[in-house]
Amino acid sequence: MLPIILSRLQFASTTIYHFFFVPLTLGLVWVVAVLHTMYYRTGDEKWKRMTKFWGKLFLINFAMGVVTGIVQEFQFGMNWSEYSRYVGDIFGAPLAIEALLAFFMESTFLGIWIFGWDRAPKKLHLASIWLVALGSNLSALWILIANSFMQHPVGYDPASVEAGRLVLNDFGALIFNRKAWLAFPHTILAGLTTAAFFMAGISAWHLVRKQNVEIFKKSFQVAVVLGLVSVTLTGLVGHSQGIEVMETQPMKMASIEALWENDPNDPGSPFSILTIGDLTGKQKVWALEIPRLLSLISCNNLDCEAPGVYQVQAEYEQLYGPGDYIPLMVFTYWGFRFMFFSALIMLGLAGLGVLAVMRDRVEQMKLLKWFTPAIVLPYFANTGGWIVTEMGRQPWIVQGLLKTQDAMSPNLTSGMILFTLIGFVAIYAALMVADVYLLTRFAKAGPDATDRGVIGKPVLVEK
Amino acid sequence: MFDLNTLWFILIAVLWIGFFFLEGFDFGVGMLLPFIGKKDEERRAVINTIGPHWDGNEVWLLTAGGATFAAFPQWYATMFSGFYLAFFLLLLGLIVRGVAFEFRSKDYNPKWRAFWDWAIFGGSLVPALLVGVAFANLAKGLPIDGNMMFTGNLFTLLNPYGLLGGLTSVSVFLLHGAIFLALKADGEIKTRAEAWAKKLWLPAAIIVVLLAVATFFYTDLVARRGIDPGVFPLGAVVSILLAGWFVNRKQSGWAFAMTGLHLVLTQISFFVILFPRVMISSIDPAFSLDIWNAASSPYTLKVMTIVALIFVPIVLAYQGYTYWVFRKRVTTEKKTLVY
Repeated sequence: MLPIILSRLQFASTTIYHFFFVPLTLGLVWVVAVLHTMYYRTGDEKWKRMTKFWGKLFLINFAMGVVTGIVQEFQFGMNWSEYSRYVGDIFGAPLAIEALLAFFMESTFLGIWIFGWDRAPKKLHLASIWLVALGSNLSALWILIANSFMQHPVGYDPASVEAGRLVLNDFGALIFNRKAWLAFPHTILAGLTTAAFFMAGISAWHLVRKQNVEIFKKSFQVAVVLGLVSVTLTGLVGHSQGIEVMETQPMKMASIEALWENDPNDPGSPFSILTIGDLTGKQKVWALEIPRLLSLISCNNLDCEAPGVYQVQAEYEQLYGPGDYIPLMVFTYWGFRFMFFSALIMLGLAGLGVLAVMRDRVEQMKLLKWFTPAIVLPYFANTGGWIVTEMGRQPWIVQGLLKTQDAMSPNLTSGMILFTLIGFVAIYAALMVADVYLLTRFAKAGPDATDRGVIGKPVLVEK
Repeated sequence: MFDLNTLWFILIAVLWIGFFFLEGFDFGVGMLLPFIGKKDEERRAVINTIGPHWDGNEVWLLTAGGATFAAFPQWYATMFSGFYLAFFLLLLGLIVRGVAFEFRSKDYNPKWRAFWDWAIFGGSLVPALLVGVAFANLAKGLPIDGNMMFTGNLFTLLNPYGLLGGLTSVSVFLLHGAIFLALKADGEIKTRAEAWAKKLWLPAAIIVVLLAVATFFYTDLVARRGIDPGVFPLGAVVSILLAGWFVNRKQSGWAFAMTGLHLVLTQISFFVILFPRVMISSIDPAFSLDIWNAASSPYTLKVMTIVALIFVPIVLAYQGYTYWVFRKRVTTEKKTLVY
């Protein structure tokens, strides 16, 4: 296989895998911080047990996020050295700032939080979990500022484009890129949604079995309210992002919709519920559509005409010269639908959950057991969302400036990349098994186990 | 002439020095874990000596990487793509190690725990070896062509001098880690750590001297600075010898200061050999990357300097503070053992 395809596969697998863990970290840390604060204020053991229970699950997940994050920072240079040379003057800055501001903060204070029960001063111990929350969310901000430059490059000297190396000329423009400030709340809210459904699912599992009712009823209440609010807000921010994408990356919008040609006789643009393409993924065979909905999504009115793929292609050929500017539609189209439909189901579930809480009928709720499998929904949505964002930008690595095919490290052979790709995937698969094993066992064992910090029966291993 | 390029060269050197000093002992502790911790709670206590700190220590490496990307993108691009397979192995080590610290005590099953303990061992050994190999090769020079591209492969790095560099970092980290344990642990662990430090010192010192001698032949140190290598390499050798004296007198505090000083001086020596180059080409000196042709624009360097001047002192302050919070010795008493 071509090195470029292998390198892209490696980037995709390491990044998607990393982002399995990140959203839960981003969201659950706030929950743990609030629970810990409740304990600090009231001194009630119930809050302490909840803090320890959700905190333990948070820690198991956090470790995976950290170690997979190291790969992210290394792989730009390892696999994409030409990219790193081209954008380093701009792109390196937010990465360095992320490490300096965020990584140090989260890792140092997490150390205090884990080991600080009964050892650090109580105020410092409480402050440390808040600083972990701040640090991990700051980290999201800086990496999104970096990513947003790839989606919508700003703050560079136009004269540097031809010179072959972009040069930063406005740091303010870089960090206040509108893309970043939409992607950031979207990501944080998606993180809170992930945490909410994680909590709701585990709480429901215990409530169905009528165990640890006090703690899990409380957790479930917190979770569904948080879930309803955050999934709604995620969607609203997503709507603003749609309008933004329409302006800056029309090809991405068209490929999300598999909209090949906009019909000039039909006012507004339709939203596709289901489109079946031919095997190339570039030809529409049959589609089920809602008229005018795409106009709403992309322009916030019912009449605008979203350009079709062929129209943007023709435009880009004018602008950038001959070439194929169409992303792999199969991924953008289905990625968006995974995100969109998962969000709809989550919205419905969370709404019903909140109703049950208000009527105090949580334990009688028939749907209760469905909250547990629903834990996977945010994961579908998170992954789908990033696939749309990254694959919808193709063939560009930096929109309009550098193509992915020109960004790779020229010294790598297919064999080398295949070797590392297999290595990463194998170790990720193994760790995923261990991680899910631990999370499941702790989640099922409940607060009694997390009070001790260990699961299973003690075995004498003394030699 | 002192410019921002020089400042960033120094800052990145400082980050690497911090990494060698801090991760040095926690890699060492990781490698010693299966040998010094005999019983389960002893192993837990050994891990707990570095428990609150290892993650923060590792960020020094990440920040060094990030700072290199921001200040010297060409250096970052050439080094990271050039050391491709070496860095892949380094990443695997760090991944396994980081997860292992979190996972190992979560299940009572002795096989589970033994597995992750050896993962900590391997995940400490491999990165410890590779960072030594990498720095020796940076000092020696690498096949870099006129397009700043590394033209070798993994085996280019595994030359005698590179391997000696790796052996040095592993043995010094082991010694540094054993002394750290003697300083932080209590009871039998402390006694065992002191005994290990005694055993480890002589081989470590011999290897360091070998590396120092080899550096005269494999790098352009003599050609550029003359026979007298200057205060840093000499100080590095003297401090590792002094460490032995303190180890034998069981003065762990002083011994730790000496191995720490040794690591700092060794890293300074490597950066002195490099300066003002950042990657030396063995094909043609004209192809070398230096702090000017590898650097970001003056504007980016200025922005990053302001950020660094504000945040580096803050980071140093709170990271130092964690060592103060956890200054007590770690014991194997059940009550105090954090899992």
